[in-house]
Amino acid sequence: MKWLLGIALLILLVLPNFLGSYLLTVFIFIFFYAYLGQAWNLLGGYGGQISLGHAAFVGVGAYTSTYLAMTYRLSPWIGMFIGGAAAALLGAVIGYLGFRFGLRGFYFILLTVAFAEICRLIVAHLEALGGALGLFITFTGDPWQFQFSDNRYYYYIALGLMLASMGIVAAVERTRMGTYLTAVREDEDASEALGVNTFGTKLAAIVLSAFLTGVGGTFYANYLFSLQPNTAFGIPLSVEIILRPIVGGSGTLMGPILGSFILSPLAELSRSYLARGGLSGVHLIVYGSLLIAVVLFFPRGAYPYLRDLFRKRGAA
Amino acid sequence: MSGFLKVDGIEVGYGDITAVRGASLEVRPGEIVALIGSNGAGKTTTLRAISGLLPVRRGRIEFEGERLTGLPPSKVVPRGIAHVPEGRQLFPSMTVLENLELGAGAGAGKAQRTESMEWVFQLFPRLRERQGQLAGTLSGGEQQMLAIGRGLMARPKLLMLDEPSLGLAPVMVRAIFDNLMEINRKGMAILLVEQNVLRALQLSHRGYVLENGQVVLEGPRETLLANGHIKQAYLGR
Repeated sequence: MKWLLGIALLILLVLPNFLGSYLLTVFIFIFFYAYLGQAWNLLGGYGGQISLGHAAFVGVGAYTSTYLAMTYRLSPWIGMFIGGAAAALLGAVIGYLGFRFGLRGFYFILLTVAFAEICRLIVAHLEALGGALGLFITFTGDPWQFQFSDNRYYYYIALGLMLASMGIVAAVERTRMGTYLTAVREDEDASEALGVNTFGTKLAAIVLSAFLTGVGGTFYANYLFSLQPNTAFGIPLSVEIILRPIVGGSGTLMGPILGSFILSPLAELSRSYLARGGLSGVHLIVYGSLLIAVVLFFPRGAYPYLRDLFRKRGAA
Repeated sequence: MSGFLKVDGIEVGYGDITAVRGASLEVRPGEIVALIGSNGAGKTTTLRAISGLLPVRRGRIEFEGERLTGLPPSKVVPRGIAHVPEGRQLFPSMTVLENLELGAGAGAGKAQRTESMEWVFQLFPRLRERQGQLAGTLSGGEQQMLAIGRGLMARPKLLMLDEPSLGLAPVMVRAIFDNLMEINRKGMAILLVEQNVLRALQLSHRGYVLENGQVVLEGPRETLLANGHIKQAYLGR
């Protein structure tokens, strides 16, 4: 398995030399959504605390760094981490409220949705942030302003983000926090009885998850060159984030990556090809059917099945 | 004399229901104390209050002279009280080893954890054999061993067990009680909640009888075993 991942990485590193601009875009989306999915996975997959408001962290991160860049000419490379910190703060507030008052399951989900909606409405009404029209970044091609004329740079940045998130989650998996998180997901009451600080564990998870997602916001803004409250904070984005780990296998390191390699091309290709044939909107049907199939046949996500298949092969 | 575990007139409940009304009890160092009573008498509630899982409405809990009342479990466990809950509450999809690791608590260093683990494996050799197995695939007796072993990983001074014999075959029950005796011989105090009253009293130094959330009887093993009310109500003689 290890050498297989090594080869895959090597291929991904040289791939941009052989890809056209459009396919490059597809890969950028694969990496970027894998990154966001991995950040969500930390809280939702390992910790079992389902957030359906992760777009809020993307939005806060994106608006923070973009506003700082437009107003103070602060490089998004720095603003990225300030945006991450702002998202982490929002995560801490949501986590404190949700976990201190013991919101579980649906109630926690509703809390995250509510916060994302509040953020969306606030930003949509703030003139300084462009209101409902949003912010538009003028292209200068200045790398220091996170702008590149060649898509290949975005490709490598997105790949770097994905790999970094994998490294972080792999590290958390190995620490005691990873074990505690899984224990909280499996049986919160039993973990508490053992003396696990369940509140602190969940809070740490949402703060780290929000930080990573917020950092991703800067990439989102500077790749798309524009930000609208309805898309950056909207539920559709939250759903996109959550789908990768679920389809790929939540609570596993490879799940969000695999899920993104399955879903992102499908979303992208079906959108552009079906729309070209005058069938715009059909991609959503394809997308939905696939999701139903996954839930029916692979309820644990694709990765656990793939892993079992490999193990059986190895044993035989 | 500050005492070891001192529970003084606690009142504990769930919502409008008061399950424990003014119960007091004490555990001295190195002792095995049985807490007996019928279903719904408030035994489990008392244990959950001591470990901080339930808020205490009135009264006071002290451990080694320190006030425990109001502390969450994550603060109580490091002070030396481990709780092996009723129904074991293992993590079925985690391995035996991972379950044990979870019991070690946040404060323990790696060296100490390896040492505790070795001790648990000596006590329960079966767990060593099955360390890589998922907890959910163990037999009932092995699961109970794991639950006790997980409690021991915290290196407690006081081990609280809630119905360790529940759902086990008689031969397994005997084995578990032998284990408890051995753990106690190492100097660890045990507070034991049991419906198997005869067995619990035979193992213990002293006992408390809980009825409707109140302690109605207490005393050394011999006194309780000879008591007419206990014979009639719990031993069926």
